[in-house]
Amino acid sequence: MKKLLFGVLWAPLAALASTELQLENANIDPHDSISIQRGARTFVNYCLNCHSANSMRYNRLVDLGLTEQQIKDNLLFTSDKVGDPMAISANRKDQKRWFGVEPPDLSVIARSRGTDWLYTYLRTFYRDDKRPTGWNNLAYPNVGMPHALWQLQGSQVMKTESQEHEGHKAQDAALVLEKPGSLSAPEYDKLTRDLVNFLAYMAEPEKTKRSQIGIVVLLFLLLLLVPAWLLKKEYWKDVH
Amino acid sequence: MSKLTALLNWVDDRFPLTANWKSHLSEYYAPKNFNFWYFFGSLALFVLVMQIVTGILLTMHYKPDASQAFASVEYIMRDVPWGWLIRYMHSTGASLFFIVIYLHMFRGLLYGSYRKPRELLWLFGMLIYLCLMAEAFFGYLLPWGQMSYWGAQVIVNLFGAVPFIGPDLSLWIRGDYVVSDATLNRFFAFHVIAVPLVLLGLVAAHLLALHEVGSNNPDGIEIKKKKDPRTGIPLDGIPFHPYYVVKDIVGVVVFLMVFSAIVFFAPEMGGYFLEHNNFVPADPLKTPLHIAPVWYFTPFYSILRAVPPLFRSQFPGVMAMGLSVMILFLLPWLDRGAVKSIRYRGPIYKSALAIFVVAFFVLGYLGTEPTNVWGQFGSWLGGAERATVVARIFTVIYFLFFLLMPWYTRIDKTKPEPERVTS
Repeated sequence: MKKLLFGVLWAPLAALASTELQLENANIDPHDSISIQRGARTFVNYCLNCHSANSMRYNRLVDLGLTEQQIKDNLLFTSDKVGDPMAISANRKDQKRWFGVEPPDLSVIARSRGTDWLYTYLRTFYRDDKRPTGWNNLAYPNVGMPHALWQLQGSQVMKTESQEHEGHKAQDAALVLEKPGSLSAPEYDKLTRDLVNFLAYMAEPEKTKRSQIGIVVLLFLLLLLVPAWLLKKEYWKDVH
Repeated sequence: MSKLTALLNWVDDRFPLTANWKSHLSEYYAPKNFNFWYFFGSLALFVLVMQIVTGILLTMHYKPDASQAFASVEYIMRDVPWGWLIRYMHSTGASLFFIVIYLHMFRGLLYGSYRKPRELLWLFGMLIYLCLMAEAFFGYLLPWGQMSYWGAQVIVNLFGAVPFIGPDLSLWIRGDYVVSDATLNRFFAFHVIAVPLVLLGLVAAHLLALHEVGSNNPDGIEIKKKKDPRTGIPLDGIPFHPYYVVKDIVGVVVFLMVFSAIVFFAPEMGGYFLEHNNFVPADPLKTPLHIAPVWYFTPFYSILRAVPPLFRSQFPGVMAMGLSVMILFLLPWLDRGAVKSIRYRGPIYKSALAIFVVAFFVLGYLGTEPTNVWGQFGSWLGGAERATVVARIFTVIYFLFFLLMPWYTRIDKTKPEPERVTS
């Protein structure tokens, strides 16, 4: 019986350890608006050609401390009105023909995938001649998307002999940078971290405001509890 | 006579305003010994009002159209002033409604609130619970995310397992061969008007029945048996207004603190209140690997999955799931205990209730996970999935709690009930 119970309790952990890819911690700071601004720039330059973000309006970025003029001058490539959403003009049918799937809208991608997954995904593309695009990915095996940031990161290859397991970094160790890109490894990490920070911000622009308001609301309720409690006590004095 | 009194008299001559105020509030005598568990009735009413108000505001901006629904929810989250707050209040309110209702029902199990003369009160309550499940099911399709879509697909397909009429029945519910724009439109109609109308009517009936028979209390004795011979007021009763009004205000404030903590700091509740996959727009061509209903349906979903198919038909599972909810209706007639309250019940009922609670939680947890979550047994059990075996065991326990109740409540060694309520 004890053995059975032990097995039942440990099974879920064991299952997790064997199959799942260990995601890397994106470690983003949602209050760092400069990082989000940099991420926005990378986003409009590299992502917003194939992917849309139809729920996101350009002028929403004034949240980050940008002026509308700055947005127009630096980020507005797909539209001429700053109040427009981040739409793309690519033909969905063509895209489906090119990639096998329509590239998903990225407005809320951070909420469905999670930031750690996105961070890992953006860093684990590798060369694979068996794929039509020539690229494959560890976080998303056989993904339809080619490595859009390859000129920055360079191209990685999968090393088949994965002897050098060192704890949970095993997956990273399997990818080796074959041809360096224009950025060094730490620079590329920073770029993807900023990009993920932007994606997280875009998925819920009100998020930081939400928790600020939450503190005020909770304090108010805590104060309200005092008279409510005293009123109850006063009325209930005569109940025996 | 002041002008206000004159106005009141004018109204009272034409409408029983003062009479109703008295019979339902200022002269409705509730037992004075209500404890923690008695907050959840008024809280349920509070959440209902909140859901209606936030729901009305959401319908002003939401588009029940398969090509616009998902985007319109994001529009509410971003472009509608305070839209995110309204939406989170509504989504959090849905989950908390079920928590409040489950605690309210559990109170009934603790203190035998369904027993004579409160059988009808319990039946109205159960009908409210069924309506609430329908309301939640219809509402969950509206954001038109992957989980919305495939959850609805799975649940509508359950009706397809009914022998003979099944396929026609599910076609009739969907209004199409798959969940589609037609389905979304009708679910919207059910969610915003049909079910709420029935729900409000049932809540009124629930309250009228309660005020007719009077509230039960943690001692499970009838306060109406001991009345002041002069006034006819129960000796252990106090007027609902002001005593329980001021007490319930405290309950509402504490509830709002929990509610706000979720709304402002964790509206997704780790994927339990708002599922991650529901931030992917519905795609009829892409079935998610793991489809799970929202947490409040998972104990019943577990039962559905636990029952093995018979002659390649899923109908036994569907039946079991239906019965697991419907069997609660019979509670007033299954319980043969000499006393109502857990305070005076014997060890058998106390253990049975504890085991039932464990079964409910285990089934609830397993319903959120894929059936291979705990891996498989070795070949000695034919490599059966551990989680499925556990779900089967707890499904049997779940039903035994009800089926054996007439027997074990009768033989249970109860303690004598007090004459008057204890504090």
